[in-house]
Amino acid sequence: MSEKLTNRAVAVDRKPMTFLESIYLWNIMKGMGITISHLFKKKPTINFPEQTRSFSKVFRGLHVLNRDAEGRENCTACGLCAVACPAEAITMEAAERLPGEEDLYREEKYAAKYEINMLRCIFCGLCEEACPKDAIYLSQTFAPANYGRKGFIYKKEELLIPHPINEKEAYEKAVGDRATKK
Amino acid sequence: MAEEIKKEAPANFKVTIDNITVEVAPGTTILNAARQIGGDVTPPAMCYYSKLKDSGGKCRTCLVEVAAGSTADPRPMPKLVASCRTTVMDGMVVKNITSERVLDARKGVVEFLLINHPLDCPICDQAGECYLQDLSYEHGTEGSRYEFKKRVFVKEDIGPYIQLHMTRCILCYRCVFVADQITDNRIHGVLDRGDHAEISTHISKAIDNDFSGNMIDVCPVGALTDKTFRFKNRVWFTKPVDAHRDCDKCCGKVTLWQRGNDVMRVTSRKDEWGEVQSYDGKPGWICNTCRFDKKKTSDWIIEGPTNINRHSVISQGHYLGLKMPKETLPEVMGGRNPKLLMDINKVSEVNSVELASLPGPATSKNFEKKEH
Repeated sequence: MSEKLTNRAVAVDRKPMTFLESIYLWNIMKGMGITISHLFKKKPTINFPEQTRSFSKVFRGLHVLNRDAEGRENCTACGLCAVACPAEAITMEAAERLPGEEDLYREEKYAAKYEINMLRCIFCGLCEEACPKDAIYLSQTFAPANYGRKGFIYKKEELLIPHPINEKEAYEKAVGDRATKK
Repeated sequence: MAEEIKKEAPANFKVTIDNITVEVAPGTTILNAARQIGGDVTPPAMCYYSKLKDSGGKCRTCLVEVAAGSTADPRPMPKLVASCRTTVMDGMVVKNITSERVLDARKGVVEFLLINHPLDCPICDQAGECYLQDLSYEHGTEGSRYEFKKRVFVKEDIGPYIQLHMTRCILCYRCVFVADQITDNRIHGVLDRGDHAEISTHISKAIDNDFSGNMIDVCPVGALTDKTFRFKNRVWFTKPVDAHRDCDKCCGKVTLWQRGNDVMRVTSRKDEWGEVQSYDGKPGWICNTCRFDKKKTSDWIIEGPTNINRHSVISQGHYLGLKMPKETLPEVMGGRNPKLLMDINKVSEVNSVELASLPGPATSKNFEKKEH
Protein backbone atom coordinates (compact mmCIF):
# COMPACT_ATOMS: atom_id res chain seq x y z
CA MET A 1 0.00 0.00 0.00
CA SER A 2 1.32 3.36 -1.00
CA GLU A 3 1.63 6.26 1.40
CA LYS A 4 -1.68 8.19 1.92
CA LEU A 5 -2.32 11.61 3.27
CA THR A 6 -4.91 10.24 5.70
CA ASN A 7 -5.83 6.73 6.65
CA ARG A 8 -9.56 7.34 6.35
CA ALA A 9 -10.01 6.13 2.78
CA VAL A 10 -12.35 3.14 2.58
CA ALA A 11 -12.41 0.88 -0.38
CA VAL A 12 -15.77 0.86 -2.22
CA ASP A 13 -17.84 -2.17 -1.31
CA ARG A 14 -19.24 -3.68 -4.53
CA LYS A 15 -20.84 -6.75 -2.98
CA PRO A 16 -24.41 -7.42 -4.25
CA MET A 17 -27.14 -6.36 -1.78
CA THR A 18 -28.89 -8.94 0.34
CA PHE A 19 -32.73 -9.24 0.17
CA LEU A 20 -33.24 -7.28 3.37
CA GLU A 21 -31.02 -4.51 2.10
CA SER A 22 -32.73 -4.39 -1.31
CA ILE A 23 -36.19 -3.53 0.15
CA TYR A 24 -34.63 -0.42 1.80
CA LEU A 25 -36.87 -0.80 4.85
CA TRP A 26 -34.23 0.12 7.38
CA ASN A 27 -32.94 3.02 5.35
CA ILE A 28 -36.45 4.44 4.85
CA MET A 29 -37.08 4.28 8.58
CA LYS A 30 -33.77 5.94 9.28
CA GLY A 31 -34.59 8.76 6.86
CA MET A 32 -38.12 9.26 8.16
CA GLY A 33 -36.72 9.39 11.66
CA ILE A 34 -34.68 12.41 10.72
CA THR A 35 -37.67 14.03 9.01
CA ILE A 36 -40.08 13.47 11.88
CA SER A 37 -37.57 14.66 14.45
CA HIS A 38 -37.67 18.06 12.73
CA LEU A 39 -41.37 18.41 13.56
CA PHE A 40 -40.42 18.85 17.18
CA LYS A 41 -37.57 21.28 16.55
CA LYS A 42 -37.73 25.09 16.45
CA LYS A 43 -38.77 26.42 13.05
CA PRO A 44 -35.95 28.31 11.32
CA THR A 45 -38.30 29.99 8.83
CA ILE A 46 -40.87 32.75 9.28
CA ASN A 47 -44.12 33.55 7.46
CA PHE A 48 -42.53 36.37 5.52
CA PRO A 49 -45.05 38.99 4.53
CA GLU A 50 -46.86 38.80 7.88
CA GLN A 51 -43.74 38.40 9.92
CA THR A 52 -40.47 40.17 9.27
CA ARG A 53 -37.05 39.70 10.74
CA SER A 54 -35.56 42.53 12.72
CA PHE A 55 -32.63 44.19 11.10
CA SER A 56 -29.39 45.07 12.73
CA LYS A 57 -29.11 48.63 13.96
CA VAL A 58 -26.51 49.35 11.31
CA PHE A 59 -28.38 47.75 8.43
CA ARG A 60 -28.03 49.77 5.25
CA GLY A 61 -31.05 49.55 3.01
CA LEU A 62 -32.97 51.75 0.64
CA HIS A 63 -32.01 55.42 0.54
CA VAL A 64 -34.23 58.11 1.95
CA LEU A 65 -33.97 61.83 1.23
CA ASN A 66 -34.63 63.59 4.47
CA ARG A 67 -36.77 66.58 5.33
CA ASP A 68 -36.39 68.81 8.36
CA ALA A 69 -39.02 69.19 11.07
CA GLU A 70 -40.92 71.73 8.99
CA GLY A 71 -41.00 69.45 6.00
CA ARG A 72 -38.43 71.27 3.90
CA GLU A 73 -36.02 69.22 1.84
CA ASN A 74 -32.58 69.06 3.36
CA CYS A 75 -30.68 68.27 0.17
CA THR A 76 -28.81 71.18 -1.41
CA ALA A 77 -27.38 69.20 -4.33
CA CYS A 78 -23.82 69.76 -3.14
CA GLY A 79 -22.70 66.63 -4.97
CA LEU A 80 -20.67 65.17 -2.12
CA CYS A 81 -22.70 61.94 -2.12
CA ALA A 82 -22.15 61.60 -5.84
CA VAL A 83 -18.43 62.18 -5.55
CA ALA A 84 -18.16 59.79 -2.61
CA CYS A 85 -20.17 57.08 -4.33
CA PRO A 86 -17.77 54.29 -5.36
CA ALA A 87 -20.35 52.80 -7.72
CA GLU A 88 -21.18 56.14 -9.36
CA ALA A 89 -24.86 55.50 -8.82
CA ILE A 90 -25.94 59.00 -7.85
CA THR A 91 -26.66 61.87 -10.21
CA MET A 92 -28.35 65.17 -9.57
CA GLU A 93 -29.18 68.54 -10.98
CA ALA A 94 -29.42 71.64 -8.86
CA ALA A 95 -31.80 74.56 -9.09
CA GLU A 96 -32.18 77.87 -7.34
CA ARG A 97 -35.01 78.33 -4.88
CA LEU A 98 -37.47 80.93 -6.09
CA PRO A 99 -39.14 83.40 -3.75
CA GLY A 100 -42.18 81.62 -2.35
CA GLU A 101 -40.56 78.20 -2.27
CA GLU A 102 -39.01 78.71 1.15
CA ASP A 103 -41.32 76.18 2.73
CA LEU A 104 -40.25 73.52 0.24
CA TYR A 105 -36.48 73.72 0.38
CA ARG A 106 -34.29 74.56 3.31
CA GLU A 107 -31.45 76.31 1.47
CA GLU A 108 -31.27 78.60 -1.52
CA LYS A 109 -30.10 75.76 -3.70
CA TYR A 110 -31.87 72.43 -3.92
CA ALA A 111 -31.80 69.25 -5.95
CA ALA A 112 -34.32 69.59 -8.76
CA LYS A 113 -33.43 66.13 -9.98
CA TYR A 114 -31.93 63.45 -7.82
CA GLU A 115 -31.49 59.92 -9.04
CA ILE A 116 -29.99 56.79 -7.59
CA ASN A 117 -29.39 53.85 -9.85
CA MET A 118 -30.17 50.95 -7.53
CA LEU A 119 -28.67 48.55 -10.03
CA ARG A 120 -25.31 50.18 -9.46
CA CYS A 121 -25.70 50.94 -5.77
CA ILE A 122 -23.73 48.68 -3.46
CA PHE A 123 -25.36 50.02 -0.27
CA CYS A 124 -22.03 50.96 1.23
CA GLY A 125 -23.46 54.02 2.97
CA LEU A 126 -20.68 56.38 1.91
CA CYS A 127 -23.29 58.86 0.64
CA GLU A 128 -24.72 59.01 4.14
CA GLU A 129 -21.25 59.59 5.56
CA ALA A 130 -20.46 62.31 3.04
CA CYS A 131 -23.69 64.27 3.38
CA PRO A 132 -23.08 67.57 5.19
CA LYS A 133 -26.78 68.35 5.45
CA ASP A 134 -28.10 65.12 6.97
CA ALA A 135 -30.13 64.84 3.81
CA ILE A 136 -29.59 61.26 2.72
CA TYR A 137 -29.57 58.18 4.85
CA LEU A 138 -29.98 54.49 4.31
CA SER A 139 -33.18 53.11 5.79
CA GLN A 140 -33.97 49.65 7.07
CA THR A 141 -35.91 48.44 4.07
CA PHE A 142 -34.87 46.60 0.95
CA ALA A 143 -35.14 47.90 -2.54
CA PRO A 144 -38.24 45.98 -3.64
CA ALA A 145 -38.09 43.62 -6.58
CA ASN A 146 -39.16 44.91 -9.94
CA TYR A 147 -40.12 43.43 -13.31
CA GLY A 148 -38.02 45.83 -15.35
CA ARG A 149 -34.65 47.48 -14.98
CA LYS A 150 -36.30 50.86 -15.49
CA GLY A 151 -37.90 50.63 -12.06
CA PHE A 152 -34.54 50.59 -10.35
CA ILE A 153 -33.67 54.13 -11.36
CA TYR A 154 -35.05 55.81 -8.27
CA LYS A 155 -36.14 59.40 -8.81
CA LYS A 156 -36.41 62.06 -6.17
CA GLU A 157 -40.13 61.46 -5.69
CA GLU A 158 -39.47 57.85 -4.73
CA LEU A 159 -36.60 58.71 -2.43
CA LEU A 160 -38.13 61.61 -0.52
CA ILE A 161 -39.39 60.90 2.94
CA PRO A 162 -43.12 61.68 3.47
CA HIS A 163 -43.95 65.13 4.76
CA PRO A 164 -43.65 65.15 8.58
CA ILE A 165 -46.68 67.40 9.10
CA ASN A 166 -49.02 66.58 6.21
CA GLU A 167 -48.36 62.82 6.23
CA LYS A 168 -47.39 62.27 9.82
CA GLU A 169 -48.05 58.53 10.01
CA ALA A 170 -46.19 57.68 6.85
CA TYR A 171 -43.35 59.90 7.96
CA GLU A 172 -42.98 58.20 11.32
CA LYS A 173 -43.05 54.81 9.68
CA ALA A 174 -40.36 55.85 7.22
CA VAL A 175 -38.19 57.30 9.94
CA GLY A 176 -38.34 54.01 11.84
CA ASP A 177 -35.96 53.24 14.66
CA ARG A 178 -33.42 55.76 13.55
CA ALA A 179 -35.36 58.71 14.90
CA THR A 180 -35.25 57.32 18.42
CA LYS A 181 -31.60 56.40 18.18
CA LYS A 182 -30.28 59.60 19.70
CA MET B 1 31.30 102.08 9.17
CA ALA B 2 31.45 104.79 6.53
CA GLU B 3 33.13 102.45 4.14
CA GLU B 4 30.35 99.96 4.53
CA ILE B 5 27.72 102.48 3.58
CA LYS B 6 29.63 103.53 0.54
CA LYS B 7 29.78 99.98 -0.68
CA GLU B 8 27.32 99.50 -3.48
CA ALA B 9 24.45 97.12 -2.93
CA PRO B 10 25.08 93.79 -4.60
CA ALA B 11 23.26 93.18 -7.87
CA ASN B 12 21.40 90.28 -6.35
CA PHE B 13 20.31 89.66 -2.78
CA LYS B 14 20.88 86.31 -1.18
CA VAL B 15 17.98 85.30 1.00
CA THR B 16 17.54 82.07 2.91
CA ILE B 17 13.99 80.82 3.31
CA ASP B 18 13.51 77.68 5.38
CA ASN B 19 17.21 76.85 4.94
CA ILE B 20 17.01 77.16 1.16
CA THR B 21 19.08 79.98 -0.26
CA VAL B 22 17.94 81.81 -3.35
CA GLU B 23 19.27 84.84 -5.20
CA VAL B 24 16.73 87.47 -6.07
CA ALA B 25 16.78 90.99 -7.43
CA PRO B 26 16.64 93.84 -4.88
CA GLY B 27 13.10 94.98 -4.25
CA THR B 28 11.63 91.50 -4.44
CA THR B 29 9.25 90.66 -1.66
CA ILE B 30 9.83 87.66 0.57
CA LEU B 31 6.72 86.02 -0.86
CA ASN B 32 7.97 86.31 -4.42
CA ALA B 33 11.39 85.04 -3.39
CA ALA B 34 9.69 82.04 -1.81
CA ARG B 35 7.66 81.51 -4.96
CA GLN B 36 10.92 81.28 -6.89
CA ILE B 37 11.82 78.34 -4.66
CA GLY B 38 8.30 76.95 -4.82
CA GLY B 39 6.75 74.05 -2.98
CA ASP B 40 5.83 74.07 0.69
CA VAL B 41 8.20 76.93 1.43
CA THR B 42 5.85 79.40 -0.24
CA PRO B 43 3.54 81.11 2.23
CA PRO B 44 -0.12 81.00 1.26
CA ALA B 45 -1.67 84.29 0.16
CA MET B 46 -5.32 85.19 0.10
CA CYS B 47 -5.14 88.86 -0.83
CA TYR B 48 -1.82 89.26 -2.62
CA TYR B 49 -2.07 88.91 -6.40
CA SER B 50 1.14 89.40 -8.31
CA LYS B 51 -0.68 90.68 -11.39
CA LEU B 52 -2.49 93.41 -9.48
CA LYS B 53 -0.46 96.41 -8.35
CA ASP B 54 -0.69 97.35 -4.67
CA SER B 55 -2.49 94.16 -3.72
CA GLY B 56 -1.52 92.36 -0.54
CA GLY B 57 -1.04 93.21 3.09
CA LYS B 58 -4.64 92.65 4.09
CA CYS B 59 -5.27 89.03 4.93
CA ARG B 60 -2.12 88.24 6.98
CA THR B 61 -2.00 84.61 5.91
CA CYS B 62 1.47 85.07 4.46
CA LEU B 63 3.08 85.99 7.79
CA VAL B 64 6.66 84.77 8.14
CA GLU B 65 9.35 85.04 10.75
CA VAL B 66 12.51 86.94 9.87
CA ALA B 67 15.27 85.32 11.93
CA ALA B 68 17.97 87.66 10.65
CA GLY B 69 17.27 91.00 9.00
CA SER B 70 20.32 91.19 6.75
CA THR B 71 24.06 90.60 6.69
CA ALA B 72 24.69 94.18 7.81
CA ASP B 73 22.17 94.01 10.63
CA PRO B 74 21.52 90.37 11.56
CA ARG B 75 19.08 91.10 14.36
CA PRO B 76 15.79 89.24 13.99
CA MET B 77 12.62 91.19 13.40
CA PRO B 78 10.63 91.22 16.63
CA LYS B 79 7.27 90.47 15.10
CA LEU B 80 6.09 88.28 12.26
CA VAL B 81 5.97 90.20 8.99
CA ALA B 82 3.63 90.01 6.03
CA SER B 83 5.85 88.44 3.39
CA CYS B 84 3.91 89.96 0.48
CA ARG B 85 4.77 93.48 1.64
CA THR B 86 8.28 93.02 3.04
CA THR B 87 11.18 93.25 0.62
CA VAL B 88 14.21 91.05 1.04
CA MET B 89 17.60 92.26 2.26
CA ASP B 90 20.93 90.71 1.45
CA GLY B 91 21.59 87.86 3.84
CA MET B 92 18.08 87.78 5.22
CA VAL B 93 17.06 84.56 6.92
CA VAL B 94 13.36 83.80 6.77
CA LYS B 95 11.50 81.03 8.50
CA ASN B 96 8.15 79.92 7.20
CA ILE B 97 7.15 76.32 7.83
CA THR B 98 10.19 75.76 10.04
CA SER B 99 8.88 78.28 12.53
CA GLU B 100 6.38 77.23 15.19
CA ARG B 101 5.33 80.85 15.65
CA VAL B 102 4.38 81.22 12.01
CA LEU B 103 2.29 78.06 11.92
CA ASP B 104 0.53 79.06 15.11
CA ALA B 105 -0.12 82.58 13.87
CA ARG B 106 -1.44 81.28 10.59
CA LYS B 107 -3.86 79.04 12.42
CA GLY B 108 -5.12 82.11 14.23
CA VAL B 109 -5.45 84.05 10.99
CA VAL B 110 -7.50 81.26 9.44
CA GLU B 111 -9.76 81.25 12.46
CA PHE B 112 -10.25 84.98 12.12
CA LEU B 113 -10.99 84.73 8.40
CA LEU B 114 -13.59 82.07 9.13
CA ILE B 115 -15.28 83.98 11.93
CA ASN B 116 -17.71 85.67 9.60
CA HIS B 117 -17.40 83.30 6.68
CA PRO B 118 -20.55 81.20 6.39
CA LEU B 119 -20.20 77.42 6.29
CA ASP B 120 -22.28 77.13 3.16
CA CYS B 121 -19.75 75.27 1.06
CA PRO B 122 -22.45 72.76 -0.01
CA ILE B 123 -24.25 75.64 -1.73
CA CYS B 124 -21.28 77.72 -2.78
CA ASP B 125 -20.20 77.46 -6.41
CA GLN B 126 -16.59 78.10 -5.45
CA ALA B 127 -16.34 74.91 -3.40
CA GLY B 128 -13.65 72.70 -4.85
CA GLU B 129 -11.54 75.59 -6.12
CA CYS B 130 -11.82 77.85 -3.08
CA TYR B 131 -8.56 79.08 -1.60
CA LEU B 132 -10.10 79.63 1.80
CA GLN B 133 -11.25 76.03 1.80
CA ASP B 134 -7.73 74.86 0.95
CA LEU B 135 -6.21 77.22 3.48
CA SER B 136 -8.41 76.06 6.32
CA TYR B 137 -7.74 72.43 5.45
CA GLU B 138 -4.01 72.94 5.45
CA HIS B 139 -3.51 75.50 8.18
CA GLY B 140 -6.67 75.75 10.21
CA THR B 141 -8.13 73.99 13.19
CA GLU B 142 -11.16 71.78 12.86
CA GLY B 143 -13.61 73.68 14.97
CA SER B 144 -14.44 77.28 15.64
CA ARG B 145 -14.51 78.96 19.04
CA TYR B 146 -16.78 81.73 17.80
CA GLU B 147 -20.13 81.63 19.54
CA PHE B 148 -21.80 84.78 18.31
CA LYS B 149 -23.96 85.38 15.28
CA LYS B 150 -22.10 85.66 12.03
CA ARG B 151 -22.23 88.89 10.09
CA VAL B 152 -24.96 88.86 7.46
CA PHE B 153 -25.78 91.19 4.60
CA VAL B 154 -28.81 91.89 2.49
CA LYS B 155 -28.28 90.19 -0.85
CA GLU B 156 -27.48 92.62 -3.58
CA ASP B 157 -27.81 92.35 -7.33
CA ILE B 158 -24.80 93.77 -9.12
CA GLY B 159 -25.69 92.89 -12.66
CA PRO B 160 -26.57 90.00 -14.92
CA TYR B 161 -23.19 88.31 -14.93
CA ILE B 162 -21.72 88.47 -11.46
CA GLN B 163 -23.29 87.11 -8.31
CA LEU B 164 -22.22 88.85 -5.13
CA HIS B 165 -22.40 86.98 -1.83
CA MET B 166 -21.17 89.53 0.62
CA THR B 167 -21.31 87.14 3.58
CA ARG B 168 -18.54 85.09 2.02
CA CYS B 169 -16.24 88.06 1.37
CA ILE B 170 -12.94 88.22 3.25
CA LEU B 171 -12.23 91.80 2.10
CA CYS B 172 -9.07 91.04 0.17
CA TYR B 173 -9.67 94.02 -2.15
CA ARG B 174 -8.55 92.05 -5.21
CA CYS B 175 -11.76 92.79 -7.13
CA VAL B 176 -11.37 96.47 -6.36
CA PHE B 177 -7.89 96.41 -7.87
CA VAL B 178 -9.21 94.57 -10.91
CA ALA B 179 -11.79 97.27 -11.49
CA ASP B 180 -9.19 99.98 -10.96
CA GLN B 181 -6.45 98.55 -13.08
CA ILE B 182 -8.13 96.46 -15.77
CA THR B 183 -11.55 97.91 -16.47
CA ASP B 184 -11.97 101.49 -17.66
CA ASN B 185 -13.88 102.71 -14.64
CA ARG B 186 -14.65 101.38 -11.24
CA ILE B 187 -18.17 101.52 -9.93
CA HIS B 188 -17.82 99.27 -6.93
CA GLY B 189 -15.70 99.38 -3.85
CA VAL B 190 -15.55 98.75 -0.15
CA LEU B 191 -18.09 100.72 1.83
CA ASP B 192 -18.24 101.31 5.58
CA ARG B 193 -15.62 100.36 8.10
CA GLY B 194 -14.53 97.53 10.33
CA ASP B 195 -17.08 94.83 10.85
CA HIS B 196 -19.54 96.57 8.56
CA ALA B 197 -17.16 96.88 5.62
CA GLU B 198 -18.69 95.43 2.49
CA ILE B 199 -18.13 95.24 -1.22
CA SER B 200 -20.91 97.07 -2.97
CA THR B 201 -21.85 99.33 -5.83
CA HIS B 202 -23.67 101.52 -3.31
CA ILE B 203 -26.66 102.40 -5.46
CA SER B 204 -27.04 98.90 -6.89
CA LYS B 205 -25.47 99.86 -10.16
CA ALA B 206 -24.79 96.96 -12.45
CA ILE B 207 -21.16 96.17 -13.10
CA ASP B 208 -20.91 95.93 -16.87
CA ASN B 209 -17.34 96.80 -17.76
CA ASP B 210 -15.82 94.69 -20.45
CA PHE B 211 -13.26 93.06 -18.19
CA SER B 212 -15.30 93.02 -15.00
CA GLY B 213 -15.65 89.25 -15.17
CA ASN B 214 -12.06 88.92 -14.04
CA MET B 215 -13.23 89.83 -10.56
CA ILE B 216 -14.68 86.33 -10.43
CA ASP B 217 -11.31 84.79 -11.17
CA VAL B 218 -9.38 86.85 -8.66
CA CYS B 219 -11.89 86.33 -5.85
CA PRO B 220 -10.26 83.79 -3.53
CA VAL B 221 -13.61 82.79 -2.03
CA GLY B 222 -17.14 82.45 -3.37
CA ALA B 223 -18.08 86.09 -2.83
CA LEU B 224 -18.02 86.86 -6.54
CA THR B 225 -19.18 83.99 -8.70
CA ASP B 226 -20.27 83.55 -12.28
CA LYS B 227 -24.04 84.00 -12.55
CA THR B 228 -24.15 82.13 -15.84
CA PHE B 229 -22.71 79.11 -14.03
CA ARG B 230 -24.67 79.55 -10.82
CA PHE B 231 -25.80 76.22 -9.35
CA LYS B 232 -25.45 74.49 -12.71
CA ASN B 233 -22.89 71.97 -11.62
CA ARG B 234 -20.29 71.30 -9.02
CA VAL B 235 -16.80 72.26 -10.09
CA TRP B 236 -15.47 68.74 -9.69
CA PHE B 237 -18.05 67.23 -12.02
CA THR B 238 -17.05 69.50 -14.86
CA LYS B 239 -14.16 68.72 -17.15
CA PRO B 240 -11.61 71.49 -17.57
CA VAL B 241 -10.11 71.83 -21.04
CA ASP B 242 -7.79 74.50 -22.41
CA ALA B 243 -9.23 76.31 -25.40
CA HIS B 244 -8.72 79.53 -27.34
CA ARG B 245 -10.47 81.73 -29.86
CA ASP B 246 -9.57 84.87 -31.76
CA CYS B 247 -10.75 87.73 -29.65
CA ASP B 248 -10.12 91.36 -30.52
CA LYS B 249 -10.46 92.43 -26.91
CA CYS B 250 -8.44 89.90 -24.96
CA CYS B 251 -5.93 87.09 -25.37
CA GLY B 252 -8.75 84.59 -25.90
CA LYS B 253 -6.92 81.85 -24.02
CA VAL B 254 -9.29 80.26 -21.55
CA THR B 255 -10.24 77.13 -19.65
CA LEU B 256 -13.61 75.66 -20.57
CA TRP B 257 -15.43 73.73 -17.87
CA GLN B 258 -17.44 71.17 -19.75
CA ARG B 259 -20.11 68.68 -18.93
CA GLY B 260 -20.31 66.26 -21.78
CA ASN B 261 -19.97 68.59 -24.76
CA ASP B 262 -21.70 71.51 -23.07
CA VAL B 263 -19.61 74.44 -21.96
CA MET B 264 -20.83 75.16 -18.46
CA ARG B 265 -18.35 77.88 -17.61
CA VAL B 266 -15.43 79.79 -19.07
CA THR B 267 -12.58 81.04 -16.91
CA SER B 268 -9.13 82.35 -17.53
CA ARG B 269 -6.28 79.91 -17.12
CA LYS B 270 -4.68 79.72 -13.72
CA ASP B 271 -1.01 79.29 -12.93
CA GLU B 272 0.41 77.27 -10.05
CA TRP B 273 -0.30 80.08 -7.56
CA GLY B 274 -3.95 80.26 -8.52
CA GLU B 275 -3.39 83.47 -10.44
CA VAL B 276 -4.20 84.26 -14.03
CA GLN B 277 -1.56 82.86 -16.34
CA SER B 278 0.75 85.28 -18.11
CA TYR B 279 1.55 85.21 -21.78
CA ASP B 280 4.75 87.00 -22.85
CA GLY B 281 4.79 88.82 -19.53
CA LYS B 282 1.23 90.04 -19.88
CA PRO B 283 -1.47 88.59 -17.63
CA GLY B 284 -4.09 86.72 -19.63
CA TRP B 285 -7.24 88.49 -18.46
CA ILE B 286 -10.24 87.58 -20.55
CA CYS B 287 -13.11 89.77 -21.66
CA ASN B 288 -16.75 89.36 -20.77
CA THR B 289 -17.67 88.25 -24.29
CA CYS B 290 -15.37 85.26 -24.02
CA ARG B 291 -16.43 84.53 -20.48
CA PHE B 292 -20.19 84.91 -20.59
CA ASP B 293 -21.35 84.76 -24.19
CA LYS B 294 -19.35 82.03 -25.83
CA LYS B 295 -20.98 79.00 -24.29
CA LYS B 296 -20.79 76.66 -27.23
CA THR B 297 -18.04 74.19 -27.91
CA SER B 298 -18.09 75.30 -31.54
CA ASP B 299 -17.00 78.81 -30.47
CA TRP B 300 -13.69 77.47 -29.27
CA ILE B 301 -10.63 75.67 -30.54
CA ILE B 302 -9.92 73.04 -27.91
CA GLU B 303 -6.29 72.37 -27.09
CA GLY B 304 -6.63 69.57 -24.55
CA PRO B 305 -7.39 68.80 -20.96
CA THR B 306 -6.17 71.27 -18.36
CA ASN B 307 -3.49 70.01 -16.04
CA ILE B 308 -5.05 69.87 -12.58
CA ASN B 309 -3.10 69.19 -9.43
CA ARG B 310 -3.79 65.61 -8.50
CA HIS B 311 -4.52 66.60 -4.91
CA SER B 312 -7.40 68.77 -6.08
CA VAL B 313 -10.91 67.39 -5.91
CA ILE B 314 -11.33 68.51 -9.52
CA SER B 315 -8.96 65.77 -10.63
CA GLN B 316 -11.28 63.07 -9.23
CA GLY B 317 -12.88 62.87 -12.67
CA HIS B 318 -9.57 61.51 -14.03
CA TYR B 319 -10.06 63.36 -17.28
CA LEU B 320 -6.36 63.79 -17.89
CA GLY B 321 -4.77 60.83 -19.60
CA LEU B 322 -8.09 59.02 -19.79
CA LYS B 323 -7.81 55.97 -21.98
CA MET B 324 -11.06 54.34 -22.98
CA PRO B 325 -10.80 50.56 -23.27
CA LYS B 326 -11.38 49.14 -26.72
CA GLU B 327 -14.93 47.99 -27.33
CA THR B 328 -14.50 44.32 -28.12
CA LEU B 329 -18.10 43.13 -28.30
CA PRO B 330 -18.96 44.32 -31.85
CA GLU B 331 -15.75 42.70 -33.03
CA VAL B 332 -16.69 39.35 -31.55
CA MET B 333 -20.32 39.61 -32.66
CA GLY B 334 -19.53 40.22 -36.30
CA GLY B 335 -19.93 43.99 -36.24
CA ARG B 336 -23.23 43.83 -34.37
CA ASN B 337 -23.59 45.95 -31.22
CA PRO B 338 -24.91 44.25 -28.10
CA LYS B 339 -28.59 44.89 -27.38
CA LEU B 340 -28.96 47.07 -24.34
CA LEU B 341 -31.52 45.90 -21.81
CA MET B 342 -31.81 49.46 -20.55
CA ASP B 343 -30.49 52.72 -21.93
CA ILE B 344 -29.87 54.89 -18.88
CA ASN B 345 -30.13 58.05 -20.97
CA LYS B 346 -33.73 57.23 -21.83
CA VAL B 347 -34.75 56.39 -18.28
CA SER B 348 -32.90 59.13 -16.44
CA GLU B 349 -34.47 62.54 -16.03
CA VAL B 350 -31.13 64.20 -15.43
CA ASN B 351 -29.82 66.10 -18.47
CA SER B 352 -33.37 66.81 -19.64
CA VAL B 353 -32.78 70.56 -19.24
CA GLU B 354 -30.05 72.21 -21.27
CA LEU B 355 -28.35 73.94 -18.39
CA ALA B 356 -25.53 75.39 -20.45
CA SER B 357 -27.91 77.49 -22.54
CA LEU B 358 -29.66 79.07 -19.56
CA PRO B 359 -28.53 82.62 -18.81
CA GLY B 360 -28.76 82.11 -15.07
CA PRO B 361 -29.39 79.40 -12.51
CA ALA B 362 -32.07 76.84 -13.26
CA THR B 363 -35.25 77.15 -11.23
CA SER B 364 -38.32 75.03 -10.75
CA LYS B 365 -39.82 76.71 -13.85
CA ASN B 366 -37.18 75.22 -16.12
CA PHE B 367 -37.80 71.77 -14.77
CA GLU B 368 -41.60 72.00 -14.84
CA LYS B 369 -41.74 72.94 -18.51
CA LYS B 370 -39.75 69.92 -19.52
CA GLU B 371 -41.95 67.40 -17.78
CA HIS B 372 -45.18 68.28 -19.56
